[in-house]
Amino acid sequence: MDFQVVVLAGGFSKTLVPLVSKEVPKALLPVANRPVLSYVLELLEQNNLKDLIVVVESESAALLIGGWISSAYVDRLHVEVAAVPEEIGTAGALRAIDHHLTASDILVVSGDLVCDVPPGVVAATHRRHDAVVTAMLCSNPVSGSTESGSSGVKDKAKKRYNIIGLDPTKQFLLHVAAGVEVEKDVRVQKSILRAVGQMDIRADLMDAHMYAFKRSVLQEVLNQKEAFQSLRRDVLPYLVRSQLRSELLLNGVQSEENGNDKDASQNPKIVLSQLLANASTPSFHELQHALGPNGFSLSPRKTHKCCVYIASNSNYCVRLNTIQAFSDINRDVIGDASHLSGYSFSAQNNIIDPSAVLGSKTTVGPQCMLGEGSQMGDKCSVKKSVIGRHCRIGSNVKIVNSIVMNHVTIGDGCSIQGSVVCSNVQLLERVVLKDCQVGAGFVVIAGSEHKGESLAKKEK
Amino acid sequence: METRRVPRAVSDPKVRQVGFFAPGAPPDRSQSGPPHPASSSPPVSEISPSGNSLSPVMIPPPRHLSADLARGPHFSPAAPLSPMRAARDSIPVGSYNPSEFVAPTASEFTDDALSPNWTARRSNSGKFASSLPAGGFDMSSLKQNNFPASSLTTVSIVNMPPGITEKDGGAGVEVQKERSKTGSKASLKPLKEQTTKAERRAIQEAQRAAKAATKGDGSKTPAASSGLGSSANANPGKAAKASPQKKDNSPVAASEKRGSDRPQDKDRKKDVPHPRMQFDDKSRVEKAKKRSVVKQTEAKNRVELFRHLPQYEHGTRLPELESKLFQLDPVHPAVYKVGLRYLAGDISGGNARCIAMLQAFQESIKDYSTPPEKALIRDLTSKINSYVSFLIECRPLSISMGNAIRFLKSKIAKLSLALSESEAKAILLSDIDRFINEKIILADKVIVRHAVTKIRDGDVLLTYGSSSAVELLLIHAHELGKNFRVVVVDSRPKLEGKLLLRRLVGKGISCTYTHINAVSYIMHEVTRVFLGASSVLSNGTVYSRVGTACVAMVAHQFRVPVLICCEAYKFHERVQLDSICSNELGDPDMIAKVPGRKEIDSLDDWANSDNLQLLNLIYDATPSDYVSMIITDYDTSH
Repeated sequence: MDFQVVVLAGGFSKTLVPLVSKEVPKALLPVANRPVLSYVLELLEQNNLKDLIVVVESESAALLIGGWISSAYVDRLHVEVAAVPEEIGTAGALRAIDHHLTASDILVVSGDLVCDVPPGVVAATHRRHDAVVTAMLCSNPVSGSTESGSSGVKDKAKKRYNIIGLDPTKQFLLHVAAGVEVEKDVRVQKSILRAVGQMDIRADLMDAHMYAFKRSVLQEVLNQKEAFQSLRRDVLPYLVRSQLRSELLLNGVQSEENGNDKDASQNPKIVLSQLLANASTPSFHELQHALGPNGFSLSPRKTHKCCVYIASNSNYCVRLNTIQAFSDINRDVIGDASHLSGYSFSAQNNIIDPSAVLGSKTTVGPQCMLGEGSQMGDKCSVKKSVIGRHCRIGSNVKIVNSIVMNHVTIGDGCSIQGSVVCSNVQLLERVVLKDCQVGAGFVVIAGSEHKGESLAKKEK
Repeated sequence: METRRVPRAVSDPKVRQVGFFAPGAPPDRSQSGPPHPASSSPPVSEISPSGNSLSPVMIPPPRHLSADLARGPHFSPAAPLSPMRAARDSIPVGSYNPSEFVAPTASEFTDDALSPNWTARRSNSGKFASSLPAGGFDMSSLKQNNFPASSLTTVSIVNMPPGITEKDGGAGVEVQKERSKTGSKASLKPLKEQTTKAERRAIQEAQRAAKAATKGDGSKTPAASSGLGSSANANPGKAAKASPQKKDNSPVAASEKRGSDRPQDKDRKKDVPHPRMQFDDKSRVEKAKKRSVVKQTEAKNRVELFRHLPQYEHGTRLPELESKLFQLDPVHPAVYKVGLRYLAGDISGGNARCIAMLQAFQESIKDYSTPPEKALIRDLTSKINSYVSFLIECRPLSISMGNAIRFLKSKIAKLSLALSESEAKAILLSDIDRFINEKIILADKVIVRHAVTKIRDGDVLLTYGSSSAVELLLIHAHELGKNFRVVVVDSRPKLEGKLLLRRLVGKGISCTYTHINAVSYIMHEVTRVFLGASSVLSNGTVYSRVGTACVAMVAHQFRVPVLICCEAYKFHERVQLDSICSNELGDPDMIAKVPGRKEIDSLDDWANSDNLQLLNLIYDATPSDYVSMIITDYDTSH
């Protein structure tokens, strides 16, 4: 369908420390014991998009991710991994792989997206309206923004609001303001408002980071505006702002429309394009100049369209960009959104690998997952948690609402609640963790109690 | 051929009622019986004295083997599969009386039920493929084995129990045994209809005869036998049905012709659904649905009179199609985009839809390259066919589009084989360009030139909806400095006239805008009515946007001349007397909802109410009596 797919997998995200470490870049964080990137790749594979470019920040992360992809997706997907320097932003990443982009439209997907919205809908909306950019919006995750328990997170105070303006048909994007800007007043452009007549301002929508761009436009913007760093914060607002006074060199019909009326009746091409334009349902872009103040048409100006696709509430769509989101997604994937996990659930609504060993009187509740080769002692209790592979868990351990990654050793009598325990962590006896994050390889000494802390080894 | 196909389509479901045609069967057999011994090979005919063993002649040994091989994967797990199989084939299997099943007879029937050919015939071959388990053989192999497999069926239908295994010979025995196993299992299923031996026999014979006919035409080997097959027919059900009527006047010629027609027929069916599918025929609709790309949920409460027209739940189709964007590899992006816009209603109007489609085809031809070992002419035609069927699923074709497609196909067919691919493509591209320019753009200009002479100063012109030709005419007349006024009549739900009005007012033409409810009041002051048309049919009927007939009749009543502007490429040889038998149904929600006025949306949940049906008709037919003049690019006709 002449679409090229770029997956922006990120690198070692700062916001996800201590979960992210040198060994585990953001894209490889396990969600239900599968790297988060695999959810995007599988979504794309299901939709028959098998030629992908995965862009990773920093070489070392690229090595790790490339290694994982080649082991997991050999013969299934054709993936090229591109490493870009750190901290150049999403726009910078695309700029770096600019010369690889050849198809007429580019689908840009964030690697941390866990969703079941087929990318086809975005692409189809994009094609249907011949838009320069189409963004997918989804409703805000329920608990994602209310950073209730996880006080270890640094940026908890900054709530991620997006103010998004839509036209009444909910097809076009009229206004985007993100993050910090919301603190100030919302400034809406008069020209757009006048053209559309009515604008819906929504604060309950989240940008899912799945965009379809027209390649020529994307490259032009990236090349002209060197300062643009982020797609979401810079490129998208720019395109939305300028949609009625487009500075882009759109090839095609729009440039022809500038021909004056006398030629129009002579040149069959113009007649043709006019005929087509008259027959199609016009959006406000075309209508705005048709009736000037005197009832006469003014010379049409160049416009371009920014479309949106709003995922319905029945779809699952969350980005893994905070620690809270990480816990939420893990919970949902083995819970409410279990169709994403790709596992088949047992009658008790949980997944216990056959090679896992459970001691006597140990219970694993519904919406739990126990990876292969893990052993649990006697009288343990697991509720709504994910336990990775080859963990050794002693007796009398309680694990509730937590994520325990691979190769974790947990001593007897521990209690873990609402926490994330990374790989190779050792918890000695009678450790009590509540709402904590324990970085990879950390050793928690016996009998200690932690609440709402982020425990990690000092980076040397 | 058209006419013949339709009754067959109707007879398809009748396969189930095969038993009811029993009385006609015996003559059928007696007709088909005698000729065969003559053509069949001596040893076999010895074994089966009744002379039904024509088929061994037609089964070249290798083919026979391949048929068995093809069945191999199916029959080896026969025992576990059989319940499911029986359920699937419940119609043929279940319709036999268990009391009749002595073991050999059972085997004979399972043969029928299981032979791919049999099932494939019943289901137009598409259904069969889709109902196969994943491990089954694919369509192509089915196709290839179609004839040998079917002749195998023919072999074992003889009603002489001992003959069966002997005839099949060593190779067939094992298969036969397994089959009989499956058969006996299947035969234990509860049965609904009763069939006598004679009836069954009649079917089988008819089928075999059909085989003979087809085979004779396809591979010339047993030419003698083909002509003699009596009431041979491709479709067993049809044969059974036909036989009572055709008792003695054995229509040899007809059967032959039918046989030869069938392959092409089938090919076409594969690519394009029948253009005039009757959507109240449930079985056909089911089949079409399996084939279709767009998931189509039939709207539930449809107006009785219009049940034969397709009507879908519009809300579900667009998202469904959109989400499949990347799974539809065979559809070219440009075609896909056009289809999407048809479905979403972004493009409307006969000319615009036609141009958009042709331009999409141009794009696809530009990107086209002939696969190895295929001829451009054939491959491109089938490609275009698949695009067309995709577009039909998005929205039924307009007549203008149908004509344009026919034009393009004939151009492809006429391409010389000597041309290189790039030359052929260039020729086609320029052909399409020429079609657009000459048949649409230039035609409109000529129409405008003709029609503008009918406009005098001081006229009040009435137009309905938004016709591109009429719009050009009005603008041209305005540019010539004629002094006239325009009444734009519009109707819900599309309100296309508003856009026309906007453009006309933008040009400085003085306009009046009203809805069709008021047309009889405004008609007093009108001096000419100019209307566009979707098509002009061969009896002079004008097929156009719904409401056109109303406007024309009112004008006729007021003795106001009605002038139709229609390009010649929109003419069609069909004759249509009413707006019912062929029409298009729009989204009923469009008339149920009034945008911007929530307080009167009382029909919100109309779909849940069984005794409420909404009708959103798209076209209507205006009888020629109400049309004063048709202006085309060739001439005007009164």
